[in-house]
Amino acid sequence: MSAAETTTQAAVTLQAEGSVARRQTWSRASRWILLVATLLGLVVLVILGIDNAIVGIPSLDWDFLSNYPSRFAERAGIRSSILGSVWVLVFTVILAIPVAVGAAVWMEEFAPQNAILTTVRLNIANLAGVPSIIYGILGLAVFVRLMELGPSILAGALTLALMILPMTVITSVEAISQVPPSIREGSLALGATRWQTVWNHVLPGAMPGILTGTILAVARAAGETAALIMIGAFTFIAFDPSLSFGGLFDSFTTLPIQVYNWTIRPQPEFRANAAAGIIVLMVAVIGLNALALVVRDRLRRN
Amino acid sequence: MSIRVRATTPTDDQAREALRGKPAAEHKPSQNVAKPEGELAFSISDLSLWYSGKQALTRVGLDIPRKKVTALIGPSGCGKSTLIRCLNRMNDLIPGVTIEGNVTYRNADIYGSDVDPVEVRRRIGMVFQKPNPFPKSIYDNVAFGARVNGFRGNLDDLVESSLKRAALWDEVKDDLKKSGLALSGGQQQRLCIARALANNPDVILMDEPCSALDPIATLKIEDLMRELATDYTIVVVTHNMQQAARVSDYTAFMLTDEEITGQLIEYAPTETMFTQPADQRTEDYISGRFG
Amino acid sequence: MALAGPPDGSDLADALRKRPLRRPGENLIVVALVLCAAVSIATTFAIIYVLFSDAIGFFREISFWHFFNPGNEWQTLFDPRSFGVWELVLGTVNVTLWSMVIALPLGLAAAVYLSEYAHVQTRRFLKPLLELLAGVPTVVYAYFALTFISDDVLLPLLGGNVSFFNSLSASIMLGVMILPIIASVSEDAMASVPRDLREAAYGLGATRLEVAFRVVFPAAISGIMAAILLAIARVIGETMIVAVAAGSTPNLSLSPLESIQTMTGYMLQVALGDAARGTTDYTSLFAVGALLFLMTFVLNVAAQIIVRRFREAYE
Ligand SMILES: Nc1ncnc2c1ncn2[C@@H]1O[C@H](COP(=O)(O)OP(=O)(O)O)[C@@H](O)[C@H]1O
Ligand SMILES: [Mg+2]
Repeated sequence: MSAAETTTQAAVTLQAEGSVARRQTWSRASRWILLVATLLGLVVLVILGIDNAIVGIPSLDWDFLSNYPSRFAERAGIRSSILGSVWVLVFTVILAIPVAVGAAVWMEEFAPQNAILTTVRLNIANLAGVPSIIYGILGLAVFVRLMELGPSILAGALTLALMILPMTVITSVEAISQVPPSIREGSLALGATRWQTVWNHVLPGAMPGILTGTILAVARAAGETAALIMIGAFTFIAFDPSLSFGGLFDSFTTLPIQVYNWTIRPQPEFRANAAAGIIVLMVAVIGLNALALVVRDRLRRN
Repeated sequence: MSIRVRATTPTDDQAREALRGKPAAEHKPSQNVAKPEGELAFSISDLSLWYSGKQALTRVGLDIPRKKVTALIGPSGCGKSTLIRCLNRMNDLIPGVTIEGNVTYRNADIYGSDVDPVEVRRRIGMVFQKPNPFPKSIYDNVAFGARVNGFRGNLDDLVESSLKRAALWDEVKDDLKKSGLALSGGQQQRLCIARALANNPDVILMDEPCSALDPIATLKIEDLMRELATDYTIVVVTHNMQQAARVSDYTAFMLTDEEITGQLIEYAPTETMFTQPADQRTEDYISGRFG
Repeated sequence: MALAGPPDGSDLADALRKRPLRRPGENLIVVALVLCAAVSIATTFAIIYVLFSDAIGFFREISFWHFFNPGNEWQTLFDPRSFGVWELVLGTVNVTLWSMVIALPLGLAAAVYLSEYAHVQTRRFLKPLLELLAGVPTVVYAYFALTFISDDVLLPLLGGNVSFFNSLSASIMLGVMILPIIASVSEDAMASVPRDLREAAYGLGATRLEVAFRVVFPAAISGIMAAILLAIARVIGETMIVAVAAGSTPNLSLSPLESIQTMTGYMLQVALGDAARGTTDYTSLFAVGALLFLMTFVLNVAAQIIVRRFREAYE
């Protein structure tokens, strides 16, 4: 061992020399290389977005928003697909959120800590990874054919509700588990029942988290295409969905489906329509994501 | 990471006040600081440190001799770890740390603007409170420093001599491929010492190296420290006064009181410190009256 | 009104007795909650039942061996029809391979940057931004793949070497889409590597780069594996991008420049046509769907097992 010899050298220099200098140069360079790699995906998206805006913005006017689809690119619009999207999403939320929150409340507050709970947890984690097109097949077989709902708004909403259920359960469970136990104990110690505790204290505390999860789920459902095409929503719709109970059984189209429709047309005129549709869709999706971030930030601050 | 490191006392008093909150500038550094004889490893003067504006060291100054064991003692939270981590610039890694004052290592300014912290840490090794072997084999643990340094010699020999020096070789020589995590706590700590020795350092800093170990493992490490002191400078943090008395040549006593956080109270040859403490607070502490 | 004072305890024993039907409303609520949780179990059973009952119908017509024989083509439009699923599986493998070639280095670089280099504030700002990439509707990526990547970039650049529909354009967009999955899950794994290990390495004079790649990265490797599996599961289930941009010609090729068809691409193609119920075209949808389901299931379960092991190792 040569330790003793080297330590007898008189003067020391602590400047990086030789191999240390080289390693430090690499280390400093790596910061920038890694940063560039981190930003590369975002840069690609931004470039595509700008390119897309250049193509799409000229078509984006009031006529585009208020016209029904058409064989003629310059006359075609997204009225029925926007209304269809809004309608389906409203019912998706109505169907999915109570069930998701109910399941989460059961799992966090009432379920016995046993194999059943573990099974439910694992099952939900796995459902979250099932491809959306499989949910489309499920919707096709069960809602469209078996329940004979046809390719209706209700069938679409049910399909999307099942699709977003796992992720909303997961975010709700997280939100509920972050409510401090002291709040529960305080309420229970005052003689409240478990459900009263959940309803009056736990759920209000978990609300921002549940809301964030819901908004993100809506954003996901708003962009979903494959599952809805699977249930037969790839159709030409030139009417507004009726605002009645019967309207639930109308056929429909959505904005992503309309974009898809224009994308696969061979005629280049429709490219601008698709680009304009994408602008509307992206504004909605980014808006929802930003909203979710704001809600989550509020939650953190409170 | 935002580190603001200052090597010398800044002239901008206002900026300093803003960072500190409460001024501790009136604090007079302790008079009871001995000057060790012989060659010095470190010379620390007027060293203050803040964690995100919260002061942890106040105007600490002492000289640490070469090839001796120097112990830092004091109650928990008094800034011992903070001080020892200033000696190899480990505090640079914590965001929001501000350092003032001077630390020189064999006459080279550790916080000089052209000094590379990697170079500093290569020469000044560290052993931590909780044994922290990498989740790799014993061999790979010891070889880590040499490998990142592009070591060209015989790696097997280096691993063997380092493990021997750390008094671990006989226990592990048949199973160098075993995970470092499979060893007992005391063995893990000696593995960490071997890992530091393999870097061929000049100084080994040890931050409460025995506090997670049983008495027998502790004795082994203490023997090892004494033995290593023939070739290496050792600075050891401990809150165990018997340990300081057993292993060290010099002892520094630190304290945080109501006004001053992280001050040096007394620094002296260990024997003097434990037989004739100059400061009442040192006496109280070593006789177990507080802390 | 004056307080009544503490009860004297005369009826205490009776009052404290457990009465199961004391609050029938509360019990009903719990039943409703159980039903909510049961919906998820029912969904799983429904998926399995739907896929496999019609898949069994398919395998009455087409033998298992025919379906899985790598020598058979996937040719469902003209006679003699042939259902060798290998061609579709290879199409899926094709886009998985190339999208991972793009996303893996970038995603891992992002994970390392976020966990080992970035300021706290930078990370807090950059991570959600990166996650937005996974939130972009896939039909948007599909459009970008076909019009911008394929039409505006690849065709002018590579000319006749690349077909109009090609796996590369789809893979590029799939790569961008899964980047945040790899980055985010790997970053979580790296962030949970104990600080001790970093300090040990820095204490030995390692540079930031060395700490990141020689200590943190290997210590987080199982979490990174899980991230990769999740990303693969996401790619093989993705439909719109491949259906629009990768083509609809089953092709036993791993080349990024050729037109191919994936399993999901075929499924969407069947959905867009109107295959009558009970025909082999219709049931083949379920056979392919069942295979896809099994593949994603295995990947997801494997990822979960790895993540759980990883957590146990560090907690
Ligand atoms: N990373 C840190 N961030 C903020 N404050 C810290 C940090 N590390 C230590 N401190 C504070 O600095 C003071 C001294 O800590 P330390 O040096 O660890 O004491 P000791 O090792 O003597 O027990 C304590 O009050 C502690 O809370
Ligand atoms: Mg300490």
